[in-house]
Amino acid sequence: MDDEVLSEFLIESNEMLDQMERELLASEGRHASPDAVRSIFRAIHTIKGTCGFLGLKNLQAMSHVAEDLLSDLRDGVAAFTPDVSQILLAVLDASRRALSDIEAGGEEGPADFSGLIARIAAVQAQSRAEVAPAGSGAPAPSPEEQALTHEEFVAVAKKAAAAAASASATAPSAPASIPPPLAAPPSPPPPAAAVDNLPVMRLTPVESEPPPAREAHEAPQAGATIRIGVPLLDKLMTQVGEMVLVRNQMMQHARRIDDGPFAATMQRLNALTTELQGSVMKVRMQPIDGALSKLPRIVRDLALETGKQARMVIEGADTELDKTILEAVRDPLLHLVRNAVDHGLEMPGDRIALGKPPEGRLTVRAFHEGGQVNIEISDDGRGLGLDRIRQKGVERGLLPADYAARASEQEIIGLMFIPGFSTAEKITSVSGRGVGLDVVKGNIEKIGGTVEVSTRAGEGTTFKVKIPLTLAIIPALVVRAAGQRFAIPQASLLEVLHLEGSRLRREVESIHEAQVYRLRGALLPLLHLRAVLGLPAAVDSDPSSPSPMNVLVLQTDGRKFGLVIDDLDDTYEIVVKPLDAGLKNLTVFSGSTIMGDGRIALILDVAGIAQRAHVFSQELRAGRGAAAPAAQKPKTTLLILEARDRGRMAMPLSLVARLEEMPSRYIERIGGQEVVQYRGQIMPLIRIFSMLHERRSPERVASDSLRPGPRADPDFIQVVVHRVGELFVGLVVERIVDVVEDALEVRRPPARRGVLFSAVIGGRVIELLDIADLVRRSNVLATLDTRASEPS
Amino acid sequence: MTPLATHRKYCTFHVAGRFLGIEIERVQEVVRAQPFTEVPLAASAVRGLINLRGQVVPALELRHCLGMEARAADVLPMNVVVRVDDRAISLLVDEVGDVLEVPETAFEHTPHTLEPGERELFSGLYKLEDRLLLILDTDRAVAAGFSGAGADAAVKEIP
Repeated sequence: MDDEVLSEFLIESNEMLDQMERELLASEGRHASPDAVRSIFRAIHTIKGTCGFLGLKNLQAMSHVAEDLLSDLRDGVAAFTPDVSQILLAVLDASRRALSDIEAGGEEGPADFSGLIARIAAVQAQSRAEVAPAGSGAPAPSPEEQALTHEEFVAVAKKAAAAAASASATAPSAPASIPPPLAAPPSPPPPAAAVDNLPVMRLTPVESEPPPAREAHEAPQAGATIRIGVPLLDKLMTQVGEMVLVRNQMMQHARRIDDGPFAATMQRLNALTTELQGSVMKVRMQPIDGALSKLPRIVRDLALETGKQARMVIEGADTELDKTILEAVRDPLLHLVRNAVDHGLEMPGDRIALGKPPEGRLTVRAFHEGGQVNIEISDDGRGLGLDRIRQKGVERGLLPADYAARASEQEIIGLMFIPGFSTAEKITSVSGRGVGLDVVKGNIEKIGGTVEVSTRAGEGTTFKVKIPLTLAIIPALVVRAAGQRFAIPQASLLEVLHLEGSRLRREVESIHEAQVYRLRGALLPLLHLRAVLGLPAAVDSDPSSPSPMNVLVLQTDGRKFGLVIDDLDDTYEIVVKPLDAGLKNLTVFSGSTIMGDGRIALILDVAGIAQRAHVFSQELRAGRGAAAPAAQKPKTTLLILEARDRGRMAMPLSLVARLEEMPSRYIERIGGQEVVQYRGQIMPLIRIFSMLHERRSPERVASDSLRPGPRADPDFIQVVVHRVGELFVGLVVERIVDVVEDALEVRRPPARRGVLFSAVIGGRVIELLDIADLVRRSNVLATLDTRASEPS
Repeated sequence: MTPLATHRKYCTFHVAGRFLGIEIERVQEVVRAQPFTEVPLAASAVRGLINLRGQVVPALELRHCLGMEARAADVLPMNVVVRVDDRAISLLVDEVGDVLEVPETAFEHTPHTLEPGERELFSGLYKLEDRLLLILDTDRAVAAGFSGAGADAAVKEIP
């Protein structure tokens, strides 16, 4: 068989089947429009014809029988029942399977579809029976108008059964009775021979029906489009990118040449190149329909499986975006839509009870906005169970219990994106396995996109996905470190900080050897790009006055960190070139680009850098920075403290607003309560270690006090500032040791009050402080409340 | 040479005193020294990335792939750009020689006298009148370069 003809056939047939699927799903459960039926008929008819031409006997036989059913539907002698829609979807699936067999092996698979053919015939008989009794050649009446006596019904049913049996018996040899497809006249074809054998009443075709407008509809398209391979497109893109660079270089030369006509020519070349670049970019754009067209079917099948009713509406299917992005959003969208049906929509009965239509509505809306593609997936279901997520978050230790009630809606929603978080009560084939939204978010962020969620209890949930139009050319900030240039995608850049002088000394501090910066009250871990990449460290000429620091505030996976670089260059639109396969293991780079001077700059992968450097983790401190495989367990970032007995304690960093070192003389007393003035408030102090049960023997306490710890400077106190609502509470600790990230897997029950549990972190047993309990027992909030009401 | 013998063509070059060859059909082009962009954290044989008419091509130091001593800093290398799995990879060599045509019958397997690590990277050799032509197993040499095998340490040295 001619490969080219075959591959054309495969592409064309698959497109027709896609079209057929859309029509079927659109008309399901409703009266199918004549146009829809004609369109489905044409798809099957064309497949049948080409099958005959290519000698694909089995598929031809099956499509023949299906065509016959469609011919009845088109002619109004059979009714479009749910069974019809079901069987046509089965035909569709079988055809797709056959096509993929053919694609894989170049030949038809062994399946001969005899069972399916029998079922088609049976459905045909039934659907004719729906129409038959009223029939006398007039257009098919609606079911309401049908008067079917019991006797008639039984007779028709019997005939139908007989038809099914006879079809089943003759089906395997069916190809013999089929007329040669090429000899078959174009639409509308006459009823096929096999149908005449069926002992069912027939109506004559309605003569007035207009012929299908096939030629008229398709002819103009035939010459207007061509198919080209993706490699050629990529090559074109590369060449245009190169041309842009050459143009840039020529522009630089042109400035030095004082020649009017030459300058004008250069101007023209410049404009043309820009236009050409735009056109090539446009060639790569495809309607998002490519990623959406499969969704209605998936929704339908999933609804059936879960016993729900769902209707899908797609808006803006013609919104265009770059091919590579289209591929990248396909799976995340599928996941969100599945989630919406499985979690979002209620059962039909529940919906009715709530006064909603039994059929849930799923809307996927795509549109361009602000140079980005927006895709919204909304359902009109129950909304997110925020309380359940909150409760689950507390159970899982992701949300401090005392904070849970005050956590904002967005914070609660954020929990859903933590790996392994699932509230599904039972595991279905689609959701509840604990893999999901985190992967969706990760995949979207990988292409520079974002996911936002909004929900209203009882009214539904909307996932808003924003993705860039293209990945091939992205805006990036070019920075320098150790004399090299690196590009950072703007999508992950939040802000740029320039720190010097007192601000540098005051706001950047080292917790052990890891640096953190206090960015508006929150702790931002700092990484040095030179250190991350193993480049030589910068040397300060004068250690007493550190040189200014340029910090990029970057975001990945919902977390922020600061990246210290030597210098900023500028922002550019860069053409992304993938790295060679031999360098793919370097996850700190996502690609490379060619700069205006022809030199190459590497593009930094923000997620890869955070992962490699283990932001917060001990790896960085040890200077090894070995890129360990990312653990999938959810991790908690902890502040490690040293207690008086040299034991280690920890608290989640999320509970820490700031770290302060204060002169002891600032401490004042109100009643029995130690307080300091802090940021316009009176901040109560809690000596948390005094509240814990002393485990040491009195002798040990005495001897420990004789050899103070490394930073037990009596003139200063170390304060961990904790926030309770709008109020600050200072937790006085002996020493702040480190910030680490750990999955907290090994847990043991607490040995004393004020401790949640103990865990092994970095080979040491560490007690996790129950901050809520300590704050409550210290009674500082009560003190604070009374004081707050007093005039100051 | 008998007229019946089939001949094979090799692109030849010199690396650390050795005379090496690559099947001519694997060689895309030979380019003079290019400016590199270093790739931090990559295996030490990865000298950097070069801009080959708009294509970003990694350049591997062949001396390093073969576990030989580094080239003198003032000697500029030549790029032998080879095709590996549809990718273009530049191999850095000291000097490029002529294209040689040799009879297939003269092909010999690599002798055991070579270092074991080195032997794997050659598919065989030809004994020419005055010298040996070692035939590079391009795929293996490139894989060794990227993986940091041979003389390479796991972490790139800081220059």
